[in-house]
Amino acid sequence: MEFNASSPIWMQVTTRIKTDMVTGRLPPGAKLPGGRDLALQYTINPNTAARVYQELEKEGLVEIRRGMGTYVTETPERLEALRSEMACEAMEDYLERMAALGFSRAEAITRISQEDEHAQE
Amino acid sequence: MLRSEELTKAFGAKTAVDHVNLRLEAGHICAMLGPNGSGKTTWMKMAAGLCKPTSGTVYFEGEPVGVNSRASIAYMSTEPYFYTWMTLKDVGRYYGDFFADYSAERYRELLDRFELEEGLKTKTLSSGMMAKAKIAVTLARDAKVWMLDEPFNGIDLVARDRIKEAIISAAAPDKLLLMSSHLVEEMESIADRAVFLRKGKLIKEVDIDTERAETGCSIADEYRRIYGGQEEEDA
Repeated sequence: MEFNASSPIWMQVTTRIKTDMVTGRLPPGAKLPGGRDLALQYTINPNTAARVYQELEKEGLVEIRRGMGTYVTETPERLEALRSEMACEAMEDYLERMAALGFSRAEAITRISQEDEHAQE
Repeated sequence: MLRSEELTKAFGAKTAVDHVNLRLEAGHICAMLGPNGSGKTTWMKMAAGLCKPTSGTVYFEGEPVGVNSRASIAYMSTEPYFYTWMTLKDVGRYYGDFFADYSAERYRELLDRFELEEGLKTKTLSSGMMAKAKIAVTLARDAKVWMLDEPFNGIDLVARDRIKEAIISAAAPDKLLLMSSHLVEEMESIADRAVFLRKGKLIKEVDIDTERAETGCSIADEYRRIYGGQEEEDA
């Protein structure tokens, strides 16, 4: 995985894992690799890998079972909420980028529906 | 775990390490950064107990470094240091004779990981193979501190990844890994701390992810900011 320079690596890996949860690549109840294996998988510092799991646990997305490992939450509502949070972030991202190009929020929203009509034609 | 106090080394008129106060704790992979000639190698050699400071002291677990600390501190220098007639198997035995914490099994695992055959003669090794062999024999010690001087020099991209994996696997809460490099990007994701040296002086110490969060700067950005426009210093 290529990391961008401007945000902490733990945050980038956390986002990647959240995306995998939302898309079902990591289904509810799935066992995640141990801390060291996560570090090896992403070629990151083991302390960074530990931080990733701490953050995911804090957000209620994984359950760390002592001596057993780390598992994706089996609460469907939590995963549904995550999907919604990530969708909001993607929309905010879009609106910010359009604002940087000089489009108002209303214009940006109109553009999206126009694109959609084009795509359906 | 490893601490230098007012550590200074002068070679004639040139001060290679200049009153460096540095404290490195176990449980971290620390990158020691700076252009050639900034004092990285000299600092490490003094910490390894291989060269005497002009003034100041390096402490390992509270005691000044010396013959005793060498049993717990594994240092990999940049120079190749194997006899040319040795096979990689001989290199392992040679290390085993010197260091009580050396593990032949661990050495074999590392050679496997690096795709090196034990029967290879050291004089036939390419520079990349030599670099991997040096790392294998150093990490085969169950040391408390590993200091790797320029572990990525002369090594291709794929082999660098194997080396990073070996370093990540060696890291543990009671171990310290210190790596010097001027290949900053290679250190970016595996190190969690970075120290910057310039002309023998300690310029800055950072927690890498905190730095990214607070300033939006990677250590490569930081490196450019500190050394930007500066030519290599005299070694």
